[in-house]
Amino acid sequence: MRLTSTNSGAISYGLSAGTSLADARAIAPDLIVHDHDPVADADFLDRIADSCVRYTPMVAVDPPDGILLDITGSAHLSGGEAKLAETLAKWLKRKRMEASIARASTAEAAHALARFGSGRDDKTCGADGTGGAGGDETLAIRQLSIAALELDPECDLALRRAGLKTIGDVADRPRSVIAARFGAPAVFMLERLIGKNENPLNPRVRKPPLLFERRFVEPIANKIYALKVLQGLLEKARTKLTQDDLGGRAFEASFHRVDGRVQHVHVETGLPTRDPAAITRLFDERLDSLADPLDPGFGFDMVRLCVPRTQPLKPKQDDIESDAGRQNSAAELLDRLAIRLGRNRLLRFQPNSTHLPEKSQIAIPAIAADKAECWPQPPSGEPPSRPLQLFDPPQRITVIAETPDGPPKRFRWQQSPRTVVHHEGPERIASEWWRSAADPIGRDQLTRDYYRIEDSEGRRYWVFRHGLYGREAADPNWYLHGLFA
Amino acid sequence: MRDSAQNLSAIRKQLIEDRSLREAAVPETFQSGHLPLDAYLDGGFQRGQLHEIFADGTDNNGSAAGFAAMLSLRALHKRTQKGPQTGDTALWLRTIDATHKGGRFSPSGFAELGGDPSSLLMAVAPDDTALLRCAADALRCHDFGVVIAECWGTPSTLNLTASRRLTLAANHTGVTAIMLRLGAQQQPSTASTRWLVRSAISNPLEANAPGHPTFDLTLLRRRSGASGKSWRVEWNRDARSFREAARYVQPARSRQRAPVLGAMVSLPAGKQAEYRRRIKQSA
Repeated sequence: MRLTSTNSGAISYGLSAGTSLADARAIAPDLIVHDHDPVADADFLDRIADSCVRYTPMVAVDPPDGILLDITGSAHLSGGEAKLAETLAKWLKRKRMEASIARASTAEAAHALARFGSGRDDKTCGADGTGGAGGDETLAIRQLSIAALELDPECDLALRRAGLKTIGDVADRPRSVIAARFGAPAVFMLERLIGKNENPLNPRVRKPPLLFERRFVEPIANKIYALKVLQGLLEKARTKLTQDDLGGRAFEASFHRVDGRVQHVHVETGLPTRDPAAITRLFDERLDSLADPLDPGFGFDMVRLCVPRTQPLKPKQDDIESDAGRQNSAAELLDRLAIRLGRNRLLRFQPNSTHLPEKSQIAIPAIAADKAECWPQPPSGEPPSRPLQLFDPPQRITVIAETPDGPPKRFRWQQSPRTVVHHEGPERIASEWWRSAADPIGRDQLTRDYYRIEDSEGRRYWVFRHGLYGREAADPNWYLHGLFA
Repeated sequence: MRDSAQNLSAIRKQLIEDRSLREAAVPETFQSGHLPLDAYLDGGFQRGQLHEIFADGTDNNGSAAGFAAMLSLRALHKRTQKGPQTGDTALWLRTIDATHKGGRFSPSGFAELGGDPSSLLMAVAPDDTALLRCAADALRCHDFGVVIAECWGTPSTLNLTASRRLTLAANHTGVTAIMLRLGAQQQPSTASTRWLVRSAISNPLEANAPGHPTFDLTLLRRRSGASGKSWRVEWNRDARSFREAARYVQPARSRQRAPVLGAMVSLPAGKQAEYRRRIKQSA
């Protein structure tokens, strides 16, 4: 076992990532070790990134341990770049996190300065001499070691052997020479570092079409008031949506707490809407069903409403009879049920083109289904050939048949014997050879011979023999797949 | 200005009255298609009421579920004929554990009974309380044709109050509620009718194939009128209607009685029928 990352305390002992655990224990007997959980780390990083939305909307995660903020045009809101960095550092320190913050004109430069800069151990900032744009930044970049290029070890070694120790050394050489020896990526990276080229940021939060927010000078600790504020925002949203002839298909309210935690509440609708009352009902429904209820803690300092998905919605003249008590439309009820039960618990069915009975339909969330598919019409005059409910999994039965590949004669289900009086079949459903063998309905699966049978009491069953006798199975098993009406 | 506002509200009131009259004129019942049964029920099943369906033991769960689906198709059938303004959507509610007990709902099975699965909505509730709450909410909405609640066992939340709530909601909107009670004990309820379903031996088709769905229906309880009678009905998918089923008599083997086959089942020129005929010829 090896260390994957260390904090400053461990570094002061001389430990670093890659040291084996036994060595580390030998060096520092009182070392505290936790298991490495990359998923939780990524999740934690995402949460920090989400909280950073308060400084700028353009936040990108820079895995495994970085966050990039594009503060162009938003730094003045926090009192300038230096002040912003200071606030951020303080905020992170309060959360007992060690961070190195760097500012530069490109994302790569900031990334390199934060990781390879001299200010690595300086938790405040600006030790890189990055007073924003200008000569200082270029100087700081030029002084960085060539490790900041993050090339593969061979190239790195080759550069060092060539006597090029810093970015400045490399930057002074003609680009064609570097490209010839170390490949085009080295040149691209170099150009980005010294600010001659730019790579677009992949922001974590894409700018939603519509955003409404309210910030509070004093945090509000009252949940009811926060919901009132949300209603106000919905009114605002309605005005804006009406202007643009739009209706929202999804709404997201986020409640930002003073301590940095953000709680998102998301609702979806089946039809575009902008009616605040209806949307409030949906939010109420959602808040009722939340596993962790809305907790103001020390108070919310911002409530934000965002409409991530919109659709055209033309204004409609109200029917003169409309106030006759028809306020409960099906669409609204379905939205409410979908929120109460969960999106995947309110379903519509669509046919699926396979013969396997249990796979021949797809259940999709009713809220997402917009077009009705055509179902095959059963032939007229025939009794139903599929039961209304299918056992999942099919129930094993013991069967006595006249011949091993013939219809069942007698069988036993639920501890009682039944005699078959009428039967029809077999309806043979083979495996689908064009699918891979790993697929549960793919090739090499057993063929099923379905029989529709009726016993002496008049009960109708749908049974199948699993496997062709003699060819696929020596002694095929029988299963009961459903009960006919 | 004030005058016109008053006029407007008068017109509106008039319109509402007209509509309530129109709605009152709509037949309050739907027929099963089985004449003696409809006559016994004074014209058919009441709309805007709760109808309970019980299965006679686990073996008859399939029949009871089928009967619920067929009854809902009957309820929808008449509604869609009336005009497009009324809903033709059926909402089927069940709990999560129903899948383990009764199996997965198969829309192709619903299509095989004559329904259109694209107008069927399935809601899966976490427990019986949520199921009843959803059912009541759905019944309060005008736009559904019929609401079917599949309820397993005898939950304590399904008491007289709960069933009264469902009946009131259904009464208000005129949406028919069907309660499918599987593996359940009978309890007092405000249902308009209560049925016990037991599958019956069908009239076999050619080549000894099982015939159309056939049940013995027993009217256990009825809120307004006599009960206790039973009928043997058969489902005709093509007409989406019930019909009288002929008593099936065991043929040949026991030679004591002559086989009397009642209603002849017409066979279409379908593939399956042809196949059956071929079998018969070769036999």
